[in-house]
Amino acid sequence: MSYLELLKLAAPETIVVVTALAVLTIGLTTTRARGLCPIVAALGIATAIATPLVLPLHANLFGGMLVISPLNSLFKIICLVLALVTVPLASSEKSLRNPGEYIAVLLLGAVGLMLLVGSEELLMIFIGLELLGLSLYVMAAFDKSDVRSAEAGLKYFLFGSTASAFTLFGISFVYGMSGTTALAAIGLKLAAGPVQPLLAVGIVMTLIGFAFKIAAAPFHLWAPDAYQGAPIPSAAFIASGSKVASFVVLGKIVLVGFAPARGSADWHAMLAGWSPVLAVLAALSILLGNFVALAQTNVRRLLAYSAVAHGGYTLLGIIAGGRDGFSATLFYTSIYAVTLVGAFAIIGVVRRESGGDDLQNFSGLVARSPFLAGSMSIFLLSLAGLPPLAGFFGKFYLFSAAFRAGGNHGLLWLVAVALFGSFVSLYYYLIVLKVIFVGKKPETITSGYASDLFSRITVTVLAAAVLFLGIMPQTLAARIFASLP
Amino acid sequence: MIAWTIYITFAGAVVLLVLPRGFAHWIALVTAIAGFAISLATFFCDDIDLTHFTTVVRVPWVPALGMNYHLALDGISLTLVLVTGIAAVSAVLFSWDVDQRQNEFFFWLLLVVGGSYGVFLSADLFLLFLFYELVIVPKYFLIAIFGSTNKEYGAMKLTLYSFFGGALVFLGIIAIYVSGGSLDVNQLAQFQFTPQLQSWAFPVLFLGFAVLAGIWPLHTWAPTGHVAAPTAGSMLLAGIVMKLGAYAALRVAMNLFPQGFQMWRTWIAVLAVVGIVYAAAVALRQRDLKFVIGYSSVSHMGFVLLGFATANVFGVSGSVLQMFSHGVIGALLFAVAGRMIYRRTHTRELDALSGMNLSRALPFAAFAFVIASAASMGIPGFSGFAAEITILIGAWKSYPLAVWITGIGMVLVAAFTLRALKRSFFDVDLATASAAPPEMEPITIPEKLGAGLLMFATLAVGLYPKFLLDRIQPAVEAMRFLK
Repeated sequence: MSYLELLKLAAPETIVVVTALAVLTIGLTTTRARGLCPIVAALGIATAIATPLVLPLHANLFGGMLVISPLNSLFKIICLVLALVTVPLASSEKSLRNPGEYIAVLLLGAVGLMLLVGSEELLMIFIGLELLGLSLYVMAAFDKSDVRSAEAGLKYFLFGSTASAFTLFGISFVYGMSGTTALAAIGLKLAAGPVQPLLAVGIVMTLIGFAFKIAAAPFHLWAPDAYQGAPIPSAAFIASGSKVASFVVLGKIVLVGFAPARGSADWHAMLAGWSPVLAVLAALSILLGNFVALAQTNVRRLLAYSAVAHGGYTLLGIIAGGRDGFSATLFYTSIYAVTLVGAFAIIGVVRRESGGDDLQNFSGLVARSPFLAGSMSIFLLSLAGLPPLAGFFGKFYLFSAAFRAGGNHGLLWLVAVALFGSFVSLYYYLIVLKVIFVGKKPETITSGYASDLFSRITVTVLAAAVLFLGIMPQTLAARIFASLP
Repeated sequence: MIAWTIYITFAGAVVLLVLPRGFAHWIALVTAIAGFAISLATFFCDDIDLTHFTTVVRVPWVPALGMNYHLALDGISLTLVLVTGIAAVSAVLFSWDVDQRQNEFFFWLLLVVGGSYGVFLSADLFLLFLFYELVIVPKYFLIAIFGSTNKEYGAMKLTLYSFFGGALVFLGIIAIYVSGGSLDVNQLAQFQFTPQLQSWAFPVLFLGFAVLAGIWPLHTWAPTGHVAAPTAGSMLLAGIVMKLGAYAALRVAMNLFPQGFQMWRTWIAVLAVVGIVYAAAVALRQRDLKFVIGYSSVSHMGFVLLGFATANVFGVSGSVLQMFSHGVIGALLFAVAGRMIYRRTHTRELDALSGMNLSRALPFAAFAFVIASAASMGIPGFSGFAAEITILIGAWKSYPLAVWITGIGMVLVAAFTLRALKRSFFDVDLATASAAPPEMEPITIPEKLGAGLLMFATLAVGLYPKFLLDRIQPAVEAMRFLK
């Protein structure tokens, strides 16, 4: 294995790293960094998106440390697309003082995402998690003039590093029990015997680490502050890219690595393993996220609690397992990420124009900008799971996969909880829409919103994507399904 | 061809979004008339098989999950498509001079209409559910933005009730999909679901749909929603949306789970009879004219559910006829109360109206209201009579007791209708009777046209119900839940 070969197979990562360095240099040397950096970053990411298409379909380096498979390539592309749509948000965010640095950190975070989804080996996954985490901590605390941003950064850092410690602790146990860190090999090793208590500790620890990452209750406490306090593009990136990659990896770890320790989450027939643990996390997240979201008056905080609930729904697919369940999870988390970036883009515009992101700042938005109001309703209604938007199909796919799994509809209870949760969720999404469409335009604001071109294009593209994936879901769903082994 | 009702309506909605204001009501009218004309043309087209749920369009949609874009037509769905067309045209006519955010108003309105066409024509469960849920949010905006009395509360209540029903339906449909392995209604109608599944999935599914049909005790969204909605909104709610629930309960829940239906149908009959009597009694005590009509809608929809519960050809055909009939009558009642009266007097309180000598000030409105009340009470010669007598004949075979109790309900219906009629139009105070009637803006031409269309429909069906029944009955006979 020559270095040239390695660099070729890791071309997307390499390109993004080089772009990050280039952006950093530009940011340090020129005075027009604000205009130039986003363009360079966007070009770099676009190139990186194209590269997986010319790489070989399958490759496996160093026992799973870098794996190229249809699934990994697809999600590398999705993560890069999410990074790409975050870049214009960063460029229109005027409060960020050093756009070069910020975008470079964002690109490093994107590399972390790619390492995460491109690896099937625990140590490499951990390195990816850390690279991603460190970038996100910096991004969350980037707005030095805002004390909330500092709070968000610190909270996210403290919780995140604790979670990493849990994960590493869990990984060490799993390594101790199986003697290997490659997922496929762990799966084979564990299949041999019954689940040892020590292994159970290792599995639970690893899961807790990921539960922090996807903000599943009761490990969600960082999310509301991070979503509310962090600069808009950082919050969007935390809610989208980081979540997608975490679900991909979590799915791979439990469905491949821990497959023999699955247990059962069926009602009346629970068996110890990771699936009942995840089922409890999912049910808690759905109930707690939705109910607490009802009481929120800040839109970003509301989205944070709804994100907790959506994390719960998404877990359903992993609990259901199998090709069907995993692909439902992956579809749902992808469209969720797209939707949330769009919602944050709109919140960014509203925040810049009206000075805040509380519910009252959205009052009468339809009179100020019908375009933003219409797009926001597309995003929120998709989150609520109403047709003809992507979230509707996503929920159908997810819930039917969960219903099908298990003996004699054993997961019916979880599906019922999820349906109940999504019923509750409609209320708070409608409250936001009510404020937007029915609320009075505040006196202080006279003119319409002059949203800049970048945000406008981003929002248009994302809203169109949500609508398109709702009407033609198979364009993405079939691709994900086909890419799963 | 019938599929174009859906496309044209949605196309009209999209056109409304991009076009500048000014033409909005014309575009909406043209769209609604086009949909109505297509359904009417199909109705008079003889060479269409209306006995079976015959495929009109079938295109693979999400092949991996077995979803098809699949539309089909039989006598039942055609009847309901027709009433949708009638209600849509008259609703547009009755909102001719919406003053604020006109484009948006007609956009939401056409989405409700288009989604309803979709539900009535879908032969794929996922597609049906998609259209069914698609109607929810436009209703919310229609009421919350353009409504009147307590509009935000009414809109939210209605939406949450609909969505709650939707969640139950979601569960039922997933159960069907996973156990039956298909989403095609015609294929599933041949599939034998296990009795154990039917015993729990049927009530979940039926109740989920029946929420929208105003089943007692989950009917409370209907009066508040109807009252809060703008006139066109209440016309569509009473005329079409309540039928979505009833239709889907018939097409999906009863058609696919015949054994579950047999297990639970007595309960449906009980709830239906309670609903008929209870809603009529409550209507008798209302002071707001729109509340009276709102509760009368619940009472009339109780007849539909009673007809379903009979599980014989008469009862179920009568139910479908009642859906048509009430769609027309309910729309007409709301049009008179919400538009013709309220716009001119700015009150709907019966006490306030009784002194206004309205029958002389607004003779046309009085005429329309008399016709609508007569139809609503079930006077022979109007569609209400034809439908309710068919249902009661059916019910006599299955639940004779229910017929007796329903008889009390019908007396109550007559009582509150006559009371509302008298108080609103004919309560002439002797002191003011000789004085000149109050000056009021005359009834406009669009209002006359809309009311004329509705009155014609109820009379035509009342005088010659065979016209619809000939198309409904064979389609009902083809369903397998009949005994």
